[in-house]
Amino acid sequence: MSAAARAVVRRRYDAGMTARPIKVLIAKPGLDGHDRGAKVLARGLRDEGFEVVYTGLRQTPEMVATAALQEDVDVVGLSILSGAHMTLVPRICALLREKGMDDVLVAAGGIIPDVDVPALKESGVAAVFGPGTTIHEVAEFLRANARPRD
Amino acid sequence: MAETRAPASGEAAVSGRARTLCDAALAGDRRSLARLLTAVENRTPLAEAALRRLYPIAGRAQIVGVTGPPGAGKSTLVAALIAELRRAGRPVAVVAVDPSSPITGGAVLGDRVRMQAYSADDGVFIRSMAARGHSGGLASATAAAAAVFDAAGFDVVLIETVGTGQSEVEVAATADTTVVVEAPEMGDEIQAIKAGLLEVADIVVVNKGDRPGAHRTAGQLQAMLSHATSAEASQGLSAPKDPEVLVTTAATGEGVAGLLAAIDRHRSSARDSLGSQARLKRAEAQVWAVLVDRLHERVRSIEAAQDESVGGKGTAPGGRADDVARDGSAGGAAAGELLRAVASHELDPFAAADALLALLTGGADGAGEPVRTSD
Repeated sequence: MSAAARAVVRRRYDAGMTARPIKVLIAKPGLDGHDRGAKVLARGLRDEGFEVVYTGLRQTPEMVATAALQEDVDVVGLSILSGAHMTLVPRICALLREKGMDDVLVAAGGIIPDVDVPALKESGVAAVFGPGTTIHEVAEFLRANARPRD
Repeated sequence: MAETRAPASGEAAVSGRARTLCDAALAGDRRSLARLLTAVENRTPLAEAALRRLYPIAGRAQIVGVTGPPGAGKSTLVAALIAELRRAGRPVAVVAVDPSSPITGGAVLGDRVRMQAYSADDGVFIRSMAARGHSGGLASATAAAAAVFDAAGFDVVLIETVGTGQSEVEVAATADTTVVVEAPEMGDEIQAIKAGLLEVADIVVVNKGDRPGAHRTAGQLQAMLSHATSAEASQGLSAPKDPEVLVTTAATGEGVAGLLAAIDRHRSSARDSLGSQARLKRAEAQVWAVLVDRLHERVRSIEAAQDESVGGKGTAPGGRADDVARDGSAGGAAAGELLRAVASHELDPFAAADALLALLTGGADGAGEPVRTSD
């Protein structure tokens, strides 16, 4: 999407003109059981006007990709605190592409070392949000970068 | 709503895209099905073109509404029903509705959490939907989404409503079979004889059957509901429902096979005259919904025309409402003026609505004389 198109979309949101809120899937892939952050983000994005689908804990990459497809979300947010991000995230990005969801914005959050960020971006992640990110920052990023819709 | 006013070539493009998406969805492409549902949810021009193609194909699926208070176990019960249906090899779709924030418009859609076990199964499709300000326990696009699933060949479409209170009965007008889920000890016999939700139930389920009091609650419901039925029937009042009352423990699956059997029994019994009455009512609701939408759209287009012609400022108030209402060329200004007249209590809302209706229908008929509530 061009910067100009993004600006148009953003203006429409700012003006409250867009019929549909941005739809976000918040997923907890892998085996870690720490979903406080994911739930806080889900609730915070709700307050920012997003429609947030929450998958629950311990999702396989296939479950995440299927949920993203069935829900036709604009954004997939992956929360991982287990250290398995280098395995799970590229797999999910590949599955999304396989399913024809290459226009979906993928963002990751949790405990992800800076050194891993370039490789994650290489695999298709648009942004990595670490501890200390405010919900408003995440919301602004998603508004600016989520795909426009028909 | 500028994008709904597409030029002719745009309309052809839209219907072409609708055809492509419909063909792919009907051929089993899940991505196209998901896209269609999004269009339906957003009520885009493509959605209308698609629904017009799909409606003649739909009508074979059993649409089952699952409703009840928050926390009664609707999502868990839906998940258990999916398991039961899949055991029988029947494809099933779910539309799960959760509320939208009245403040920000945002929503947390959490029903999927209980239904994630079927992601590898192509015979299961789950779609969450925010109510987006629609009251009654559904989203305004829920019935249309169910029709899309129906056309796509799903044998059963489960509609899970927002957690409901006593009077969100809209699901009964959308579903073939309405299942009302209650939890044990949710109230006494008086709750059961109040008007509302329980009245529209075809099947009443007391979930959390492993909790103390579940069977007692079911017994009370059975007694009060069947008593009410026979009393009303003997007086020849309009046909009340005679719901089956069942006990399930959705978390373990206990009683769920019995529930599915009850749903199937209702499905076959609904093919009789009572069922056709229900279908007529649903058709009426669908046509009315479109009619109201069309009316909204025309009023908005009149307002938009006004914004363009007078830069949104409008004309000075004081003109007689009945005069402007009959002046088609000044339609936009008239609509704005009517609203201002109501805002300043110069005109009552009934007269303004009549005048607006006359404006929309070209002043033919149906409009009462606008009456000023004050000079």
